[in-house]
Amino acid sequence: MNEPVFREAYGRVVATLIRLTDDWQLAEDCAMDAVESALARWPRDGMPANPGGWLMTAARNRAIDQLRRATMAEKKLRDLALLQDPEPAPQGDDRLRLIFTCCHPALATESRVALTLRTVAGVETAEIARLFLVSESAMARRLSRAKAKITQARIPYRVPSGPALAERLPSVLAVLYLLFTRGYDGEPELAEEAIRLVRLLPAEPEATALLALCLLQHSRRAARQNETGDLLTLAEQDRSLWDHAAIAEAVELLGGSPVTGPYAIQAHIAACHATAPDFAATDWPTVAAWYDQLARVHPSPVVEVNRAVAHGYAHGPRAGLKLLAAVGDAVAGYAPAVAAAADLTERAGDPAAAAVLFRQAADLAGSDAERRALLKRSTAAG
Amino acid sequence: MKYMMFVCTDTEPETELAAPDIFEWVAENDANGRRVAGNQLVSPEAATTVRVRGGELLLTDGPFAETKELIVGFDILECADLDEAIEVARKHPMAWNGRLELRPYHGE
Repeated sequence: MNEPVFREAYGRVVATLIRLTDDWQLAEDCAMDAVESALARWPRDGMPANPGGWLMTAARNRAIDQLRRATMAEKKLRDLALLQDPEPAPQGDDRLRLIFTCCHPALATESRVALTLRTVAGVETAEIARLFLVSESAMARRLSRAKAKITQARIPYRVPSGPALAERLPSVLAVLYLLFTRGYDGEPELAEEAIRLVRLLPAEPEATALLALCLLQHSRRAARQNETGDLLTLAEQDRSLWDHAAIAEAVELLGGSPVTGPYAIQAHIAACHATAPDFAATDWPTVAAWYDQLARVHPSPVVEVNRAVAHGYAHGPRAGLKLLAAVGDAVAGYAPAVAAAADLTERAGDPAAAAVLFRQAADLAGSDAERRALLKRSTAAG
Repeated sequence: MKYMMFVCTDTEPETELAAPDIFEWVAENDANGRRVAGNQLVSPEAATTVRVRGGELLLTDGPFAETKELIVGFDILECADLDEAIEVARKHPMAWNGRLELRPYHGE
């Protein structure tokens, strides 16, 4: 199920079967059955010429079987029988419907993310439970509650149009970006799936900007860690390992869109880093100015921490420390804030205090790789 | 698809912007067939809660739940789907001055 061919085909099959049968459980069961029979048959009979079409046909036949057995409505059977061409809708259309339905604002935010992972990206319930730090049975209940609400409250299965699209898009973007960042923190195939899904969205400025942002962050995947799995900072990364084709695509995407929303601003910040030939050549005053704008459009303590770091490079470490002090208790216990304070303190000429702060940041770090990197800096400083 | 729309008060109503007009809302949604029925209700102080336990009738003076958000009215909406019901609800003055709860009919 982890192979990209299954991940992508699964979402497509589920999305089409939901459109035709209006039955989420039937759609998921039949898609899963199709994947299972592919896993059994393909190694024996060889890979079909069109794996996605094969899965769609297998799932459809399974759905027809099930509906016949249950003597379900005739129209649903007719619709399924008409599905001769495995991909009748314009490419991606059904998956886009599925994404907008899963991300409907009448569902709880966590349910939106979980449902998108399960039905669109085909991630197993156990894996989603692990991401959310809940038990598998709790996640299974949450998913079935969300599906029941979609059916009972009749949440429509469509991509909204007109003013409604602008209202609904932020929720979709937030869910897909969360999916991407979950993947970025250690599951590259999840990040790639998120990028594939963002590509399906209508060409609204913030959707285009989110695609650029994901491409830019993902472009560094080969350079973010060394051989021993230690995280490398922007200053330490070998920039020849960055995916320069992805960077070029992102920069071109950004060229055409107005900068109004938070994703566009973040993408421009990422582009400043991605296009600098080396760390020393980073255009920090521009990065700092983008963060000023981001803090106005999308104020948050996390943005303020990053803003302080940018100002620290653009206008000296003391300017950064002053901004960081102004954020105050809102970021107490947030490892990146303590690490930023440590870095600024070191550059302001107080290595002993910096070493203590790096050690505090290491205690708060979310991953082992992060912790090792911060301890290394603590030792180097003190 | 029928939705019961509970019209409730809220401790934090909109204070800056003027809410839409209730008479216009009723006239518009009666005309387009989306409002099947509805009314204001008298104060919850006049409510009577009814239970039968062990075959015996138990009456209580007042509403069944003591909350700060009180049900002060209801409308029954006939809409194609939840999005349409939300569009009708957002134009009701009590979406601004209170809160609305949309509950689909069972087994519709």
